[in-house]
Amino acid sequence: MKNIDTGGHVTGRSVYVDDIPELTGTLHAVPVLSEKAHALISKMDLTQAEKAKGIIGILAAKDIPGENQIGGILPDEPLFATDEVHYIGQPVAVIIATDHFAAHDARKLVKIDYEELDVITDPRVAQQKGQLLFPPRTFANGDMDKGFTDCDYIFEGRADSGGQEHIYIETQGSYAVPQENNNLKVFSSTQGPTVVQKTIARVLGLPMHCIEVDVTRLGGAFGGKEDQATAWAVMAALAAKRFHKPVKLILDRDDDIVATGKRHPYSSDFRIGLDKDLKIKAFEVTLYQNGGAAADLSPAIMERTLFHVTNAYYIPNVKATAYSCKTNLAPFTAFRGFGGPQGMYVIEAAIAHAATRLGVDKSEIQQQNLIDKGDQFHYGQVCDSHNARKSWEELHHHFNVEKARSAVNDFNKTHRFVKKGLSIMPICFGISFTKTPMNNARALVHVYQDGSVGVSTGAVEMGQGVNTKLMQVAARVFSVNTSRIKLETTNTTRVANTSPTAASSGADLNGKALQIACNEILQRLKKEAAELLKTEIVHISIRNEKVYIDDQPTELAWEALVEKAFLSRIKLSEVGHYATPVIHFDKTKEKGHPFTYHVYGAALITVTLDCIKGIYETDSVQIVHDFGNSLNLTIDKGQVEGAVVQGIGWMTLEELTYDQNGHLLADSLSKYKIPDVYSAPKVIETIPLVTNGPELAIMKSKAVGEPPFMYGIGVYFALRNAVREFNPETPLGYNAPLTPEKVLLALYDKKG
Amino acid sequence: MIEFILNNQKVTTDKPAGMSLLDFIRKDYHLFGTKIGCREGDCGACTVLEGSLTDGRVRYKTIVSCLTPLINVHGKHIVTVEGLNMEDLSPVQQAMADHAATQCGFCTPGFVVSLTGLLLSDEQKDPLQAISGNICRCTGYKSIEKAAVETGHLKQSIPEGKEIETMLEKEWLPDYFADIPELLKEIPPRTNAQDNSVKIAGGTDLMVQQHDVIRHSDIHPLLNTLPSDITVSGGKIQIGAGINANDFLHNSLIGEYFPSLPEHASLIASEQIRNMGTLAGNMVNASPIGDMNILLLALEATLLLENRSEKQRELPLKDFFLDYKKLDLEKEELIKYIVIEPQKEDVLFNFEKVSKRTYLDIASVNSAITVNSEGKTIRKINFALGGIAAIPKFMAKTSAFLHGKELSIDTLGKALDVLQQEIAPIDDIRGSKEYKRLLARQLFLQHFLKLFGNMLDEEGIYQLMTTKSIAS
Repeated sequence: MKNIDTGGHVTGRSVYVDDIPELTGTLHAVPVLSEKAHALISKMDLTQAEKAKGIIGILAAKDIPGENQIGGILPDEPLFATDEVHYIGQPVAVIIATDHFAAHDARKLVKIDYEELDVITDPRVAQQKGQLLFPPRTFANGDMDKGFTDCDYIFEGRADSGGQEHIYIETQGSYAVPQENNNLKVFSSTQGPTVVQKTIARVLGLPMHCIEVDVTRLGGAFGGKEDQATAWAVMAALAAKRFHKPVKLILDRDDDIVATGKRHPYSSDFRIGLDKDLKIKAFEVTLYQNGGAAADLSPAIMERTLFHVTNAYYIPNVKATAYSCKTNLAPFTAFRGFGGPQGMYVIEAAIAHAATRLGVDKSEIQQQNLIDKGDQFHYGQVCDSHNARKSWEELHHHFNVEKARSAVNDFNKTHRFVKKGLSIMPICFGISFTKTPMNNARALVHVYQDGSVGVSTGAVEMGQGVNTKLMQVAARVFSVNTSRIKLETTNTTRVANTSPTAASSGADLNGKALQIACNEILQRLKKEAAELLKTEIVHISIRNEKVYIDDQPTELAWEALVEKAFLSRIKLSEVGHYATPVIHFDKTKEKGHPFTYHVYGAALITVTLDCIKGIYETDSVQIVHDFGNSLNLTIDKGQVEGAVVQGIGWMTLEELTYDQNGHLLADSLSKYKIPDVYSAPKVIETIPLVTNGPELAIMKSKAVGEPPFMYGIGVYFALRNAVREFNPETPLGYNAPLTPEKVLLALYDKKG
Repeated sequence: MIEFILNNQKVTTDKPAGMSLLDFIRKDYHLFGTKIGCREGDCGACTVLEGSLTDGRVRYKTIVSCLTPLINVHGKHIVTVEGLNMEDLSPVQQAMADHAATQCGFCTPGFVVSLTGLLLSDEQKDPLQAISGNICRCTGYKSIEKAAVETGHLKQSIPEGKEIETMLEKEWLPDYFADIPELLKEIPPRTNAQDNSVKIAGGTDLMVQQHDVIRHSDIHPLLNTLPSDITVSGGKIQIGAGINANDFLHNSLIGEYFPSLPEHASLIASEQIRNMGTLAGNMVNASPIGDMNILLLALEATLLLENRSEKQRELPLKDFFLDYKKLDLEKEELIKYIVIEPQKEDVLFNFEKVSKRTYLDIASVNSAITVNSEGKTIRKINFALGGIAAIPKFMAKTSAFLHGKELSIDTLGKALDVLQQEIAPIDDIRGSKEYKRLLARQLFLQHFLKLFGNMLDEEGIYQLMTTKSIAS
């Protein structure tokens, strides 16, 4: 089944927040952003700007009726800066005008005098100066001293990975419409409607029930609208409340790219110890997370990094320490993988480093150490499947890795200026919000008297196809055609207290809640059918819109049954509530069972490098992926392909360049390059690992959004191998992204 | 008044001439299928079709509406995704649906319009070229590629020159397309006052750099005053300065005289931008990495400049660039023609460009060369290099050094020393100076490997690449 939004998308009829027809009198808001990375505001003069054409007013901290605070996990982020600014792009005020461009033009007339302070952009420098966003954490397992003593080889190194801008093609935006009795309805392009609702209530000093947040769909998010959509919705709400007019705030791309957070850059030191059989005996890593100027979601992201520092490997002795470092950059935030990729990159770098020094292929070490059923992760959870090894083996079998390897070797022998590189990337990614209380969801189901069904959940559709999967779940439980099911907008008045649609968990959590609600209604309908057909409920089933007694179809069809049930005053609506069982985590010990299950897979990657120009192409990414028992392979494969290309972008192309004053130099799409159609691998081939999915995944179909992103890490190492084919002495270290500049310099650098 | 046809309706508006077509479409006509993604022509979410009436036929091409000043569409037919919608999905829409080529959907209308542009185009082209200016962040492109390839197959079933008729017959376009030529004929041409307002041609640079000024200003559009034809007279090729990059690169005369030129087209901007940006615009923009400048420097182009009183002067392109963004151009002067000599049979041409992203990106370093040689003797070389100085640089010293020399590894090695002394790259967003020096060496050698690979010892080139210093 295709994404249910397809028809709307290809005809341009799908509605995003900026497409909602504007009500008469709608005003437009543009934020005033700090131009300094760290400074005291000595004076802010708004008089000229206020007099500009079309200006209704300018709101700043003093105009906030409630709390000037939007920090989600830690209260360290004001909506508007007051005395001090901490990053370029930090909001200091919002201009309200009759027209977007009028507000935009007036912004140039805002005069702010700054007293500049020291700027820190490097997380290691921040850590040395004691600038941490919150205390460091250490995940440890085994005995490090003994672990390293038992090793035959010990290697140390450093690995750095850069940040990544989301470049959702739809920028951040919201539209706040005043309602009667002081209430507000806010259309927001957010992954977290409840976060937006709660934060507006906090800033406006209102109870949450005054604020209705509604989301139809997002034009891409990837984590960038989990926490970072909030500020803009709050500003629109604040202005709507103040001026009693609908207010729209859609960020221009150049504001969005400067003011909103991105994937966290990390810098890390590692030490890896192996025995003669290439078994990794000990792994120690210190990670410096560049958190930016406020905590945002960094605590949870840092935690996930710590969970994923061993990727798909079993290592008996592990010590991982992470610091979240406060720098003068826009607060870094969620981005597909949520810190996991940054952790996994380091262990892959450590293995590559060891392999290089030992003169073996990286895959030999990888293969020796794949985690298997019964092995314990360093955070205490016990691995419950053979899927890491099975994915690896199936990859070798199905895609003939050895043949691919010899083809690469043959090619390299006969080409002087073009080299190929190959690598394998196994993945293991934990599914659940690592903050256990967030793992719950609700779904509201109405079966209308004509047999059509309306479904509301807390899931936000952002292209990942969650609404399609939810439709399939409802259709399967009721055994009716999908055409009978409608997915409603995500709305806080219908489904309250939701977790954001994030952590790949949207379909699992909301699907389970939906399943529960549908089953409740189904039971009532079956009971009604049993009464009508004068039999026992155990004999009743509904199959393809028909009521069956045991295996015999009856004359009673879905529509008639629903109508009868309605006339019998049966409750045809239900709220399903689901809270994931099994999971727990003890932060005092950093041990527990934080994940409902893990997703596994392995990818074979081949790249071709033009050693004259230092430019490269990904020939193929061939994948065996653990979908469980996929509910929708079309959608799931689409998620894999999109994730792979995003991962390749992160590892080889997308570069957040800042100057020492904290200016983002790559501040537009002409300077920050994301993959285009030609940057995609020539071939992406995905085959499902044949397994039974876990019961705790929705209909045994595993979460899919984030895990395949990490296959992109393999492209880095394939490219590194290609560089080394041309220049075996290259001093090329581990500093992603591996851009054409770094590649060309590495190809001709003999200093190593 | 600006008049044009928007989908199936006649539009007459007194909105500012410099307002972007994108804002007009969305704000004034509430056609929300055209999306705002970046407002700088780098994402393609706002792609629309622009149809121009020539010889009774409407020729369509894709443009980005964010960089199109309203006045540039006077007398044109503009088609948004809504203007392609019919009772059933069009074949392009169906292909996108069938291949699951849409996820969040925000970029999708742009892709649909671009691929429809492929079907309407009066030439066969690589389907991926058609979507080279469209960015998608969700799908990873493989599904979109399949839809594009399928569209490419459909394209092959359309007889050349009969695109609209055929598509109407197959019900691949809404019926109203049949009436467009008549409707366009009714729109009178607009007379431009020669005023002091901002002069704008294709808009691809000025609409990015000066949008805040242009969007509420009257502007002086150059597209309908500048010549845009290519003619040969007196043994010279005269190129109208208002020609856009695609029309230039794919022109049949150019193809005849410079057969290797079109193959480099894909490295330059994107389909939409090539359909808009003019040669003259690229020149007066004076970017040190302007692709067209580098290319035309190697072709020894001469400019024909004309001022308001129609006084003309000739100026070699290499003398046009004085310093960073400084030109030998009087206040009221315009580039009217660009003149090049037809490439002689014994002259070889090559263009190279390296950017962070190979396609749809601005060069770190770009380079073009023409080599006139006899056997191993180099008679004449014109070598241009971008990104290594304040101007797009004609490498006079390096070129002069090579005149009359025997082609050998030793000669190239010595030329590299001259080259490194002739350039002065700086660190910027496109790369460090060290990288640019390295690229300058590599691209110089790449030219010779490509043009004279059979005469040069590969090992010698390898030695130059791995040992030759890049210090100045």
